[in-house]
Amino acid sequence: MVLGKYKTVVSARSTDKEILEKSQDGGIVTQLFVFALENGYIDGAIVTGIGDRPWKPRPYIATTKEEILAARGTKYNISPNISWIKEATRSFGLDKVGIVGTPCQMQAIRKGQLYPIGLREVPDKIALAIGIFCMENFPYKSIQQLVEDHAGQKMQAVKKMEIGKGKFWVYTERGNVVSLPLKITHKYEQPGCHVCLDYVANLGDISTGSVGSPDGWSTVFIRTKKGEEIWNRAIAAGCFETTPIDQVKPGLELVTKLANEKITKNKKYIEERASYGVNKGLRNPYI
Amino acid sequence: MAPEPPKREEPPKKEAVAAPSAAAPSEMKRETKAETTKKEEKSVTNKITVGHVHMSGCTGCLVSLADNYGGLLKILDDYADLVYGLTLADVRHIPEMDVALVEGSVCIQDHESVEDIKTTRKKAKIVVALGACACYGNITRFARGGQHNQPQHESFVPIGDLIDVDVYIPACAPTPQMIRNVCVAAYLLLRGTEDQKTLAAKFLKPLMNAAKRGTTACFCDLMYEVINQGLCMGCGSCAAACPVRAITHEWGKPQGQRDLCIKCGACYNQCPRSWYSFDVMNEFEGILELIDGAMK
Repeated sequence: MVLGKYKTVVSARSTDKEILEKSQDGGIVTQLFVFALENGYIDGAIVTGIGDRPWKPRPYIATTKEEILAARGTKYNISPNISWIKEATRSFGLDKVGIVGTPCQMQAIRKGQLYPIGLREVPDKIALAIGIFCMENFPYKSIQQLVEDHAGQKMQAVKKMEIGKGKFWVYTERGNVVSLPLKITHKYEQPGCHVCLDYVANLGDISTGSVGSPDGWSTVFIRTKKGEEIWNRAIAAGCFETTPIDQVKPGLELVTKLANEKITKNKKYIEERASYGVNKGLRNPYI
Repeated sequence: MAPEPPKREEPPKKEAVAAPSAAAPSEMKRETKAETTKKEEKSVTNKITVGHVHMSGCTGCLVSLADNYGGLLKILDDYADLVYGLTLADVRHIPEMDVALVEGSVCIQDHESVEDIKTTRKKAKIVVALGACACYGNITRFARGGQHNQPQHESFVPIGDLIDVDVYIPACAPTPQMIRNVCVAAYLLLRGTEDQKTLAAKFLKPLMNAAKRGTTACFCDLMYEVINQGLCMGCGSCAAACPVRAITHEWGKPQGQRDLCIKCGACYNQCPRSWYSFDVMNEFEGILELIDGAMK
């Protein structure tokens, strides 16, 4: 299950210039939500905007194209998107909810559908769950420390952050580009990420990320029937340009390599946890 | 792969029709009515038998079961025969049954309740703790007695403190969809094909583990077993699951107002890092379709 179940995988990018202007890569998530909203597949989507500090995520429920566009781009720190899932169906009255999240959040969504312990009415209302590739996440203060202390930039001056080509990149509005080797970022990672065994959001309806595709494009896995239907309609409506994944560099080979690296490393850590103390270990959540 | 609906076209028993016609040959129309009733009874044979046992609870769990609306009728038509339930089934004593859904905690000063829960254990093949009071005590943990007209009824324990429990359906109230999923799984476990039995067993396992784990769960368990154990990744499930909005996220991590916590265990059990089964979750699409199909 390194790459999870999927029906098709392609390299793609949005055909909407406005979306691409501020999207992280190919604008896949934004474009899909806009298409799904405008065509009645969803009534709204839980997305990640900016909160009360620069680059601090704030999950919110977007019910218009403008609100979806306002959430473009990746914020490399924790955004509890699932916290809105019940409110979306109740306070907001949405019958068809879209949600974007990391692989662990896709796991949370599916657990919530199969075991809706505290999620009344939620299970039947998840219309489109889009997962994003994720190696690890960071607490807000980690990002602040990386940007301000290591990269020497003001948080509010940052235009874009990115992890790619083995580095953490910071781009500022005024054109500074600073890159940090991942060796530096590792110790700032969120510890909870180190038991995660999913790199490419195996449980999304659709999952996407930059890895495997050229700059400005995204690799897209179409995984479920729901995902496939919406994706095919979006393609037919001209929302995306696509290239077969075997015709792009570095392609699936890199995705598989990184997924294997993550899973192998984290499996080893889970084993280490089992004998963390003296005849005592730490919990393993997987049964 | 929807489960095969039970056969409903079996002919009615002839004696039943014959008896009244012999007694009152003139009333032929009534006999036709009796035939229809018999048909329904016949289809019961393939159903599992379920009872709702009411301990000290608010009936919210039962209301949640009813909140499946059409789905409840489907369950009662095709999968489960309700053989016991205050107000719902005209049966005085707890009968033999496949599944007992127990709502509420047990007042240990109320001997009738204590006898009832013990009888339930003896008479039911599977005992399900339905809802947070039965699983974890929930709001009845805060009971101190002194109320009319039984002021001495002051101590309440989750049913797991008195009997072995097989399956937990936590939360206050448990959701209609969770009850539905467990009902379908229980039916498939007892009456399904071999494949369905295997799948249903996998599905129910975490809920059986929850029953073995113990009779306490609240926001503190989320702290002890997830956050303190370095497992939390800030997904937000706990805050969404909390019925009293006691959980927010500060800097991406759960912050619980413990005075608001009613000890229902929803946050702990909803958390993908409290327990998580790849066997089940990787099959989510198929299982959701199976449940959908079963409810059609």
